[in-house]
Amino acid sequence: MLKIENLHARVAGKEILKGINLTVNAGEVHAIMGPNGAGKSTLGNVLAGRDGYEVTAGTVTFNGVDLLALLPEARAAAGVFLAFQYPVEIPGVNNTYFLRTALNAQRKQRGENDLDSMQFLKLVRERLKVMNLPADLLHRAVNEGFSGGEKKRNEIFQMALLEPQLAILDETDSGLDIDALKQVATGVNMLRTPERAFVMITHYQRLLDYVVPDFVHVLADGRIVESGDKSLAIRLEQHGYAGLGEPEPTGASA
Amino acid sequence: MNSPASSPLLTSLLAAPLPQRGISWLDAARRENRAAFAADGLPDTRVEAWKYTPLRALSQRDFASGDSAAGTREVDPALFALPGVAGPRLVFVNGMFRADLSALEALPDGLVLQPLSRALDDDAEALRFVLSRHYRDIGDAFARINAASALDGVVLRVGAGVKLAAPVQLVFVGAVAPVALAWHARNVIELGEDSELALVEQHLGTGEQAHLGTLVSDIELRAGARLSHTLLQNAKGANLIRRNSLRLHARAHGTMHVLELGGALVRHDLQVELTGDGARFDGRGVFMPHGRQHIDTQLAIRHQGLNTTSDAHWRGVASDRARGVFRGAVLVAPGADGSDANLTNKNLLLSPGAEIDTKPELEIYADEVQAAHGATVGQLDEQALFYMRSRGMGRDEARAVLTGAFCRAVLGDMVNQPLREHLAESMMAHLPA
Repeated sequence: MLKIENLHARVAGKEILKGINLTVNAGEVHAIMGPNGAGKSTLGNVLAGRDGYEVTAGTVTFNGVDLLALLPEARAAAGVFLAFQYPVEIPGVNNTYFLRTALNAQRKQRGENDLDSMQFLKLVRERLKVMNLPADLLHRAVNEGFSGGEKKRNEIFQMALLEPQLAILDETDSGLDIDALKQVATGVNMLRTPERAFVMITHYQRLLDYVVPDFVHVLADGRIVESGDKSLAIRLEQHGYAGLGEPEPTGASA
Repeated sequence: MNSPASSPLLTSLLAAPLPQRGISWLDAARRENRAAFAADGLPDTRVEAWKYTPLRALSQRDFASGDSAAGTREVDPALFALPGVAGPRLVFVNGMFRADLSALEALPDGLVLQPLSRALDDDAEALRFVLSRHYRDIGDAFARINAASALDGVVLRVGAGVKLAAPVQLVFVGAVAPVALAWHARNVIELGEDSELALVEQHLGTGEQAHLGTLVSDIELRAGARLSHTLLQNAKGANLIRRNSLRLHARAHGTMHVLELGGALVRHDLQVELTGDGARFDGRGVFMPHGRQHIDTQLAIRHQGLNTTSDAHWRGVASDRARGVFRGAVLVAPGADGSDANLTNKNLLLSPGAEIDTKPELEIYADEVQAAHGATVGQLDEQALFYMRSRGMGRDEARAVLTGAFCRAVLGDMVNQPLREHLAESMMAHLPA
């Protein structure tokens, strides 16, 4: 589904990604861990197409299409979703209106008909239950005055509604208390299907107790320096990121 | 020589014969205001109130005075229709009253609503104080020519204690004519003690023709009166220069929503005097010039009575090469203790060629006053735009949604739901693509 080869990217003239290689297949959950400043969020932003992130080498294909050639909105319509580390507040734009406009914009790009308000509301109610979010959230402005936990849950709710093929969760677990973390994890688990893949960017292993990944990668200094299964995350939790970045082909540190 | 009287605008406006009504004080006021206009001409940008609105281009145009065919100009009632809003309506086309487009049947008790031309026949004396005014300042050039030339307008009075359920609609249309016209309207509005009125005023154009319209309104709220005043302007390509003077007596409460959507050169002088103790003014406005339009709002609020309140929030959105001007001046007069004044102006520039000049001013000469004011000029939030695009909206759609939300904020507290929706739709239809 997603194939990243030798990806190099710069932000404000500084090289942050220095040759990322990663393949994600349908149905898989990949966790990307690493110390602060390793380039984790940069990877998410490059994949979503944020301005100011300059790809200097390498390729990214999504279902065989050159993802980097697409505008952010076309990436969304193609099925890529980025759950933001810091969801943006949009005063004056009602959440329901925002979601309906977004969904119909995607459907239009894919040549599908708009959902009418009845169909849309039915879908919203269904998906709202998944995230256990209060209905009044729909009538408020996007993320405005939401608590940290509500913002992150709202991201997952948007994901549930937009049904992407590939969801990139950028530190969705950061700043959450244990209850909110569990709710986010429950939402993600309910959305796991054989057709959908997840890339979870996280600093801590905590989320991975609730959403068990198929693969864990360690990103350090712009490269993936180690890959493994869930046990790698547990080792990182015990030993920290110190010493990573040097080639350790076996991955054994004990 | 470039003396004021030599400009085509002055020459054309002064070429028309001065209206004679056979009412000596009125004819005298017309003569004197016209003489002042002829002597001083138009203000230039050295006059503080016109600093950001140069009149040089306008002064080079000429305008025919009045429209003898105003009674038959084609105006589609859909232009001013307000879906879901009932109530009496007075319509003026190119400054002349149009009975055929108006709705004056079965006026509720306690409401006087008639064209100025008729009110002068019935009881000119009642209008003497307002209409014998002399405008002393060169900055008032258009009020002078209005006082000299206006043949018609609105006289509206609400009796003491009368609370009107349906809004009164006032419509001023600049209709396409063979030549560019100067038209004028003069309105006198008075709310009696403890009365209530909702007023919806529209200033509209039928086409891109560059007429020059002037409107001067005096609005008086007696003690305890409540006015909800909505002003929707889309003059299209016309020039429109207006002055609204509100005077609020004790405990009177005026609420105003102003939408400025069009006009080649548009000026709105909004003067609010909180004369009586406990008077309150709430104002919300938005101006959205595009193309090469120029929209200038000059809001002046004067706190005079004890414990008066003003809360005014204006927003501007300029696109293309358009220019917006906002000057918000709050003055708390000596002795106006306990005043509470809050004034903001937030602006969005949507294109590199657009410009908005904003100038909040605060002068306080009293004690125990709370006053806050602020102004910002910015661009659309790039973070929000990316967030919306990452959810599938195209760049233009995302920009339109953000801009629309920015403008709609001024309607936030509007009570009349159908009217609010109409205004929101008018604004949305007006957003740059």
